[in-house]
Amino acid sequence: MTTTLTSADAAPADAASTGTGPRRTRRRRGRGANDPVGGAGASILLWGYAVLALAPLVIMVLNSFRTNADFITNPLGLPTSPTVAAYEEAWTVGSFGTYFANSLTVTAGAVAISTAVSTMAAYGLARGRARIFRWLESLFLSGLMLPIHLAILPVFFLFDGFGLIDSRLGLALMYAAAGVPFSIFVLTTFFRQLPEELEEAAVLDGANAWQTFWRIMVPMVRPALATVAVFRFVPIWNDFLYPLVLLRSESKYTLPVGLTNFFGENATNYSALFAGLVITTIPLIVLFLFATKQIVAGLTAGMSK
Amino acid sequence: MKTRTGLAFLAPALILFGVFVLYPMLTAFSYAFYEWQGTSRQGFAGLSNFSALVNRAPFKTDLPRALLHNVLFFLGTMLVQNTIGLTVATLLHRRARTRRMLQTLYAMPYLVSPIVIGYLWTLLLSPTFGPVNQLLTKIGLEQFALPWLGDPKTALWVVILVSVWQWVGFPVLLYGAALGGVPEELTEAARVDGASHGQVFRRITFPLLVPAIGTVSVLTFIFAMEAFALPFAFGGSTGNPAGSTDFVSLLFYRSAFDSGAVDAIGTSSALATVLFLIIFGGAMAATKVLRRHERRMAS
Repeated sequence: MTTTLTSADAAPADAASTGTGPRRTRRRRGRGANDPVGGAGASILLWGYAVLALAPLVIMVLNSFRTNADFITNPLGLPTSPTVAAYEEAWTVGSFGTYFANSLTVTAGAVAISTAVSTMAAYGLARGRARIFRWLESLFLSGLMLPIHLAILPVFFLFDGFGLIDSRLGLALMYAAAGVPFSIFVLTTFFRQLPEELEEAAVLDGANAWQTFWRIMVPMVRPALATVAVFRFVPIWNDFLYPLVLLRSESKYTLPVGLTNFFGENATNYSALFAGLVITTIPLIVLFLFATKQIVAGLTAGMSK
Repeated sequence: MKTRTGLAFLAPALILFGVFVLYPMLTAFSYAFYEWQGTSRQGFAGLSNFSALVNRAPFKTDLPRALLHNVLFFLGTMLVQNTIGLTVATLLHRRARTRRMLQTLYAMPYLVSPIVIGYLWTLLLSPTFGPVNQLLTKIGLEQFALPWLGDPKTALWVVILVSVWQWVGFPVLLYGAALGGVPEELTEAARVDGASHGQVFRRITFPLLVPAIGTVSVLTFIFAMEAFALPFAFGGSTGNPAGSTDFVSLLFYRSAFDSGAVDAIGTSSALATVLFLIIFGGAMAATKVLRRHERRMAS
């Protein structure tokens, strides 16, 4: 799917990540010059670094299946008799069940709202001819690099005025708005690549603008929608400052804030802490396994200025 | 498409973005120029909130220290992350079979919340039960089994290295993509002419990577100046131990929500404005330099 993403910028990314294209043909005539750099020594280095990248996460998972007493007597040990006691404790006593549900509601809600309004806007921007559309497009794109966390005080008072303090809906709306620039940026380029004959045919068949958009255009950009949704999910799920400031009651905390709460009160209950960390991380790992392509595409889409 | 129809498609996004991003962003600046009594806004204050950042406690002592930590965070991350990122991307290049797999593995920590990363490494580096020190002792390196996070001299560097560990998959990916865009005719021709691998890298590959390195630098700069969640997990809102992991965002959070000062909103907004100008100015300047480099290469 990456081949359709942001023309010039993603093209090298795609060639690099799939290893197809010109490289295949060159392999035959290039002697020596095209061998992997560094040979076997480099392979060891690369796999060694992979171990370094993953070991802390593996240790986190392994220790979450041990009891606290087991961990304290031998911090380097393996879960020889694995137990889910730590998870039960974190989920119920540590309220991670509540935090998990809150995080899921807020993140899924924000991604849905953000993707919906951005898809509409991107279509308008891609097809609008008047000058105002160019102006609006640069307005949205200026938001790509805004450090929005610095606006937390005005956001706080805005929410206070709307009665949105300590509200999961408010938090979701905030995240949805923050995701608009990136989503519009990716989706507009996709819409621009679709031939206008599609819409002209639909109009001849008597479809109005909304029907054309919903029935014809949206299905065509489905891969881009997946990229945008998946890629936005991660930072919202992980965000810390907004829920820290905007949420008050423990029953509404999202996972990062709930984790901080739990960490402060149970600093020596190591196995439950490890379980809490795993609970906070697992949805992202699952997402990653199912949508590696979308996440990699999102990362390289961010590189185009 | 008719202009009116197009604007109708844009309206929902425009309202959402305007209310929750643009409006707060713009008012954030105005807050800094007013006098504040608790949450009620008084008269125009000129630049007095800004001068408080230089003259008054706690800013007088905490702000230069926090800013220094942000700069060290940026420089340290740049140095280590780019070295590892470039090396790994170069070694991965042409490994068609394993590259995708390894890139994916390196990118895994990027997914994890900075809060989780901070707490995880706090547990791993815990002086008594931490697996890291246990391992060091076991393999005969007791002299390195130190309370790395408890010592003000080393804590900042732990934060920096952990951050690099989390983010290194990103430059590996970007540099990998940029390397894929280097025309092989160029490097092959140079090799045929007798250039060594090192010469090819220095004279051909590296100059073509500069735009990617620039992009990574700009993003790292913004990221380093905004650092909040990771240091919060390591040292709380006060940058323990002894303020050695304090950052400007933490200082902002403390002065806005924890200080209890009567004019907290004014001074903390001034601080946010300064930080915004640093981030924005730095990013703009770097982008300008990059554009110039690109034009030079194109001609």
